[in-house]
Amino acid sequence: MGKLLSHRLAVPVVIALLVVALSFAMPSNFYYRVAALVWISALAVIGLNLLMGYAGQVSLGHAGFFGIGAYAVAVLPAQFGLHPLVAALAGAVATAAIAFLVGRPILRLKGHYLAVATLGFGILIAMTISNEAWLTGGPDGMPVERLTLFGWRVRGADTWYWISGGLLVIGAWIACNLVASPTGRALRALHDSEVAARVAGIDVARAKLTVFVISAVYASVAGSTLALVNGFVTPDKANFLHSIELVTMVVLGGMGSILGSLAGAAILVVLPQVLTGFHDYEHMILGLIMMVIMIVLRAGIVPSLAAFFQGRRNK
Amino acid sequence: MAVFGKCIRGAALLAGVAMVWAAPAAADTIKIGASLSVTGPASFLGDPEAKTLEMYVEKLNAEGGVNGKQLELIVYDDSADANKARTFATRLVEDDEVVAVVGGSTTGTTMAMIPVFEDAGIPFISLAGAVVIIDPVKEFTFKTPHTDRMACEKIFADMQAKGIARIGMISGTGGFDKSMREQCLEVVGNYGIEIVADETYGPSDSDMTPQLTNIKNAAGLQAVVNPGFGQGPAIVTRNYKQLDIEVPLYQSHGVASKSFIDLAGDAAEGVRLPASALLVADKLPDDDPQKAVVVEYKTTYEEKTGQPVSTFGGHAYDGLMILVEAMKRAGSEDPKAIRDEIEKTSGFMGTAGVVNMSPEDHMGLDLTAFRMLEIRSGDWTLAE
Amino acid sequence: MPELLQFCVSGLTVGAVYALVALGFTIIYNASDVVNFAQGEFVMIGGMTTVFATAAGVPLPLAVIGAILVAMVVGLLLHRLAIEPARGASPVTLIIITIGASIFLRGLAQVVFDKQFHSLPAFSGDTPIRFGGAAILPQSFWVLGGAAVIVVLLWGFFNRTLIGKAVLATAANRLAARLVGINTSFVMGLSFVMSAAIGAIAGILVTPITLTSYDVGMLLALKGFAAAMLGGMGNPLGAVVGGLAVGLLEALGAGYISSTYKDAIAFIVILVVLFALPGGLFGKASVERV
Repeated sequence: MGKLLSHRLAVPVVIALLVVALSFAMPSNFYYRVAALVWISALAVIGLNLLMGYAGQVSLGHAGFFGIGAYAVAVLPAQFGLHPLVAALAGAVATAAIAFLVGRPILRLKGHYLAVATLGFGILIAMTISNEAWLTGGPDGMPVERLTLFGWRVRGADTWYWISGGLLVIGAWIACNLVASPTGRALRALHDSEVAARVAGIDVARAKLTVFVISAVYASVAGSTLALVNGFVTPDKANFLHSIELVTMVVLGGMGSILGSLAGAAILVVLPQVLTGFHDYEHMILGLIMMVIMIVLRAGIVPSLAAFFQGRRNK
Repeated sequence: MAVFGKCIRGAALLAGVAMVWAAPAAADTIKIGASLSVTGPASFLGDPEAKTLEMYVEKLNAEGGVNGKQLELIVYDDSADANKARTFATRLVEDDEVVAVVGGSTTGTTMAMIPVFEDAGIPFISLAGAVVIIDPVKEFTFKTPHTDRMACEKIFADMQAKGIARIGMISGTGGFDKSMREQCLEVVGNYGIEIVADETYGPSDSDMTPQLTNIKNAAGLQAVVNPGFGQGPAIVTRNYKQLDIEVPLYQSHGVASKSFIDLAGDAAEGVRLPASALLVADKLPDDDPQKAVVVEYKTTYEEKTGQPVSTFGGHAYDGLMILVEAMKRAGSEDPKAIRDEIEKTSGFMGTAGVVNMSPEDHMGLDLTAFRMLEIRSGDWTLAE
Repeated sequence: MPELLQFCVSGLTVGAVYALVALGFTIIYNASDVVNFAQGEFVMIGGMTTVFATAAGVPLPLAVIGAILVAMVVGLLLHRLAIEPARGASPVTLIIITIGASIFLRGLAQVVFDKQFHSLPAFSGDTPIRFGGAAILPQSFWVLGGAAVIVVLLWGFFNRTLIGKAVLATAANRLAARLVGINTSFVMGLSFVMSAAIGAIAGILVTPITLTSYDVGMLLALKGFAAAMLGGMGNPLGAVVGGLAVGLLEALGAGYISSTYKDAIAFIVILVVLFALPGGLFGKASVERV
């Protein structure tokens, strides 16, 4: 079992099975929508986890990249008549370019300084989106053209469930491959000790920049997908609160765990829906649950539980 | 093994969730939904709106319900997050299977929800301000508050009457503020008024003296208008007094609640704003046709909640009552039939004024419903 | 020139609050390596408790003391119930715990207090003092003076008292401090209590100017964190300078450049400073030991 799980195809296959299995248990379109939101968040979280969990670099600005992806599919079709898919691609390319340009100077910073620099950068993007109303519709957002594929208008929560689920599986597959690649090994070395990695002949700056750009593209693609699902974008998703939410999902689920990314996203997306019945107490309970999970499962849900079961089996 | 354990737990979690959600519903109730910004930056809108809906649904049920059936109200808190609102809209339509929806406290959440209700054919009465909600007209979407454009027109008409031609504008960067600022810029030319200074502040800024200093220094300044809502206008008003700016200050209908006067304190003295008659209910002349409605709502709200009435809760009252009247006229709970009847609403007297809807106008209010108020001795007074 | 003075007073007043929040970050960070994102909630607790206590008829001085005590208890509970049990967890895990705590405290405030904005009467009147063409609220002097007193007291505490030196020793090297008999758990608890008190005082002093509500904490934590990093994490002087600098940048940016992008201006300056000085204004260049 352990060997099977360590295969680089194991995680994407597990996620694919989960997507298929859950589809049988969906009572209504609303459940499909919540699940689709989980898949989309998980996609962005996997990207961020590559940066945080494998390369050990914190970013508090990923919502900015998410926002660029989301607004690309809103603005480009409306202003230039581009097809939404082309727009999403353009968004991803633009995100990669921006991440590449700012990544060089920013990634020289370490730890909390890197956190505050990415935070500031994310806020710049969010402010631009929110203030340039002539282009983006401002704080109230703007509508997104419905996606049309071969003359067929993509709509319905169940359709989006499958599309976003598929994207998630692909995203997980790419991430698993990346982790197993030489770049991935370099990243892990860098996570443990940057100096040691450098001594071992790893181009640290380059490895960091590569994973920063890749994780930014994950966020951008997730943002584009969410915008297409909603048919509407607002600057909320580019906001620093969303950045913090993404980081929280990474840590809750478990740093350096692809399945953990899914678990973290699932908790923070599903929990607010479950807690609506508690009305005024909703936020208290949410905060409490976050604290308890982190205190009890301090390495994150998936790694901590895995270690727990591993330990029990070895007894 | 860990993976399978997780899957099983995941499935168990979802099953648990499903049980919580799939609460059994009695067949002889009429379900009405609402997604309001009860917490978050727009909670001063959503909070009174939610309380109003709950209060009046209870009251209607105690009086025997509508068409012989009890109303069942389902309220979700979207905390002014458009993405959440969208999810709750789906939940109301797909899971709760409501026949109509009141609410959407902000323009952002409303615009995010509209496609869901338009697709599903569920009548939706928004409580948000911006004119884009009903212009262009959408088949199933209605709204109860005055538009921001009307507020601008009312303010500029008042300025014009006083011979004011050069004004400064300070607005927030939030959705309401920004939308109203744009509407004001669009109509300001019609009144021969020129904007000589145009400043902004962030939604959670705590000091606007730099912006106001710049406005104060603008040559020939005759008045200042502050499109905005929340705590921002209260701080603007305080800073305005701190800097001793002597020209008149106009606020918008976005501050139309007693808490504005409390927060701004003495500085609020002499501030003018357009608002509905609700705020001056007891000061209306007895022959005012609106008096009965607004006094009844104000008394009920203040008795039940112990808090001073705001126009925002009034919008929810109007929305609910327009819906209930429409259901009575339709005599059924068919969403399409309800929609048709809402559109035929005419002569309805609400807290915001007389509502006359038509296929071209899904709001149905005109400028006469707006009153120009002035704050004197810490209370609202009719300025006209 | 009068507008320059007006902008500076405005910036320094807001900046003093950022500085106090940044100081709170610094004290806790030095004692325990925890970046406490619930720091802003202490500011909220200070302001809101005072508002509700005075509304209930408690005289202002008593309400102020009560509010500071409430914040200190919350700070202690935060350490004992949430941080101490997770001892040894990674710094990121601890940060998420404090974010959870901040969500919890905001939720609690929304139930215990309410969701409205509130104000306090200014301590010595609302009549602005005219000086060099600028209008300065007396409350601004309370804020600036209060911040100055806190900074001086802290300096005295760290340099002149035995407990203060124990805190510094713990900050320098936790293991060595434990070896010489310092109760490091006590020191960490103390740092949370002190930070909470400082945050609460900031909240009380500034509420008459900026108003308060249950959710003002998050943004203050963000700005305070940025200020602490600008100054150099772990350096109290840096925290104060960083806080005042961020406040001034916002006010001058709003006054002279663009009120719409004033927050952006502050962050651009922070980015530029960090590119030039990766350890902040007063930070030591960090050296990784292999």
